[in-house]
Amino acid sequence: MAKPKVATTSLAGCFGCHMSLLDIDDRILKLVELVDFDKSPIDDIKKFTGRCAVGLIEGGCCNEENVHVLQDFRKHCDILVSVGDCATMGGIPAMRNTIPLAECLEEAYLNGPTVHNPSGRIPNDPEIPLLLDKVYPCHEVVKIDYHLPGCPPPADTIWQALTALLNNNPLDLPYELIKYD
Amino acid sequence: MSQSLQDTVQQICRDHQNDRGRLMDIVTGVQAKFGYVNQQAIDLIAKSVNAPRVDVESVVSFYAFFSPTPKGKVTIRLCNDIIDRMHGSARSAQAFFDDLGIGFGETTADGMISLESVPCIGLSDQAPAALINDVPVTCLTSDSAHDIVAELKTHMDPQKLVKSFGDGKNSDPLIRSMVRNNIRQPGPIIFSPCVRGEAIKKALSISPAEVIRAIKTARLRGRGGAGFPTGIKWEFCRAAEGDRKYVLCNADEGEPGTFKDRVLLTERADRVFAGMTIAGYALGAEEGILYLRGEYAYLRTYLEDVLTKRRGDGLLGKDILGKKGFNFDIRIQMGAGAYICGEETSLISSCEGLRGDPKNRPPFPAQKGYLGYPSVVNNVETFCCVTKILELGPASFNEHGSAGSSGTKLLSIAGDCTTPGVFEVDFGITLGEVLKLAGAENAIAVQVGGPSGQLVSPKDYGRKICFDDLATGGSIMTFGPGRDVLKIAQCFMEFFIEESCGYCTPCRVGNVLLKERLEQIAAGRGQPSDLDYLQDLGETIKTTSRCGLGQTSPNPILSTLKNFREVYEKLVRPCEDGLLPTFDIHAAIGQAKRITGRESVVFK
Repeated sequence: MAKPKVATTSLAGCFGCHMSLLDIDDRILKLVELVDFDKSPIDDIKKFTGRCAVGLIEGGCCNEENVHVLQDFRKHCDILVSVGDCATMGGIPAMRNTIPLAECLEEAYLNGPTVHNPSGRIPNDPEIPLLLDKVYPCHEVVKIDYHLPGCPPPADTIWQALTALLNNNPLDLPYELIKYD
Repeated sequence: MSQSLQDTVQQICRDHQNDRGRLMDIVTGVQAKFGYVNQQAIDLIAKSVNAPRVDVESVVSFYAFFSPTPKGKVTIRLCNDIIDRMHGSARSAQAFFDDLGIGFGETTADGMISLESVPCIGLSDQAPAALINDVPVTCLTSDSAHDIVAELKTHMDPQKLVKSFGDGKNSDPLIRSMVRNNIRQPGPIIFSPCVRGEAIKKALSISPAEVIRAIKTARLRGRGGAGFPTGIKWEFCRAAEGDRKYVLCNADEGEPGTFKDRVLLTERADRVFAGMTIAGYALGAEEGILYLRGEYAYLRTYLEDVLTKRRGDGLLGKDILGKKGFNFDIRIQMGAGAYICGEETSLISSCEGLRGDPKNRPPFPAQKGYLGYPSVVNNVETFCCVTKILELGPASFNEHGSAGSSGTKLLSIAGDCTTPGVFEVDFGITLGEVLKLAGAENAIAVQVGGPSGQLVSPKDYGRKICFDDLATGGSIMTFGPGRDVLKIAQCFMEFFIEESCGYCTPCRVGNVLLKERLEQIAAGRGQPSDLDYLQDLGETIKTTSRCGLGQTSPNPILSTLKNFREVYEKLVRPCEDGLLPTFDIHAAIGQAKRITGRESVVFK
């Protein structure tokens, strides 16, 4: 029987959650026995090659490309998991949510005290995805099946969650794995 | 700002003995004098009453009737309650917008007239209504709104807008209001004739403990809505230790759709004050406070006069009716536009000159209330009942009503009905019978108990108005064919969001989330799982808020989910592909498209 497939992506995140995934140490060998990776920065596959059992999403949605990728994940994955605080509630990028977009751009590219921008222009290359009016957590854009809190969630938490999902076991995380104080 | 500000503010503070407990009155005075309470005035008040500046500032910012920035000489406060909306308040609003050239929350360029949108002002039976400064104007149309602006521009005197007076004491020289009482069905207890002073005389002829026993025998329960047994409350307070005790009358009738206390204070003020005096005797209290909502300020002069006359007649003051050692007097505390102050611990906070924040319970007010002394807070109507019980004896009171709810209840009925107004009914009457009384038999839904109560569907019109079934503080809003149940719930959620004091996160944030999700469902973008979300979140808010506002604020949604579930179910669709219809990518990238001048390459 073919191994189940897992896909991962980092949207408006810092790749910290992916680092935490790699932090499972030697269990990564076990993971490779257990699953194949589909679209993911881990194997650098850019496009889905087929249906996946689990999709892990890091980061919320700050631009149209994030939305596009997230919707693509929803279409291809049986189970979607928001991994980490940015995916779950917007996180640090969502700090801009109380400020109008135009003001954010002006502060970042024109008015900020450390800005050096002799052109006086706000970058506007057609390649740059359009920003959203604010940063959305993933579950406000598509249906999300599970949320793993943490910044980042520890490797053990990700490992336990992933193996439980792949083995069709209930996602029953012990208190120590979801406690952060 | 000048010497004159300084002198006037300091004088107002001195008039209130520089007592920080009287901050409400001081700020009301400054607001009335200058039209706003600016930073300098806040400094001066803080200094005069020896309070931290933030205490004064928080009072100024908390209450809707206070303003740190200049307001017009005249403020038009148009009621935005659901009943007013149903009766076309939007047309009056448009007329005001057009003639004044301003929107809600704005002041005309000449600084003369401000326009505001406010929650229920207790005139649902003559909606749409507005308060122009203190003066109520009723049954507004776009024509009358045009006339009001035209006239105000000539004389700027709201009182001159009153061309004819309402019935009963509304024409009293001290009230002179166009408000109508609309007493549609006077009953045997509250509106029956009574002899002034008789009830107090009877009370003073027996011991305080016997007075409390009479109240308990009559099985009187609080008329504000919660229905706590009055006699037990009094007994707790009497037994509580304290050098002083207080009697507070809750006349902060803010529950949208209720207006019976307005009528009682207009027509039966003596009976209310008699009830408070009897409570004073029973508890061993010497001071009473009538907390009058700011919206009813037009009744204040009249009520002060009633108090003066009672003092003159020996019904208030020292040795009342010759009873040596029984001294009791009443002062009126004005509110300033905060629904939360109808909650008894918030009301106490407000009387103490603080923001209208609820207090933790226990200790209950009967143990530690106003200024930390044992206090009883009862509704206006409850005190009327007390007077009647003492006058005629508990047995005559018990003759009326149902097993768990004795006596009669005043209902304020408004909305889609032929005779909106006040009805005195025996407890135990069915909702169907009530609707017949007011000519609302064809109602498709009835809100019982105001926004914090429940929306009842026709299949439940056989249920009874009483504490054990459909409890209500008096508000009955009727909705005729064609009214949108979800719009009603939405309107009530807006109300709670506006009136939340903000202390508890579930109430401050949760109600906004509830309303947003409700709007999505109403717009046809909801899924079946959203109904569970509303239910779960609603219950969380109820269990995790500390006062009655938060504990009841999800009711518009929870009760419609229960009683009108089919309305929701018709609107929601399962989301097969998992892409949420509530997320609107085109709205989300709208700003960026404008800023960059580009179209999306992904989302056409």
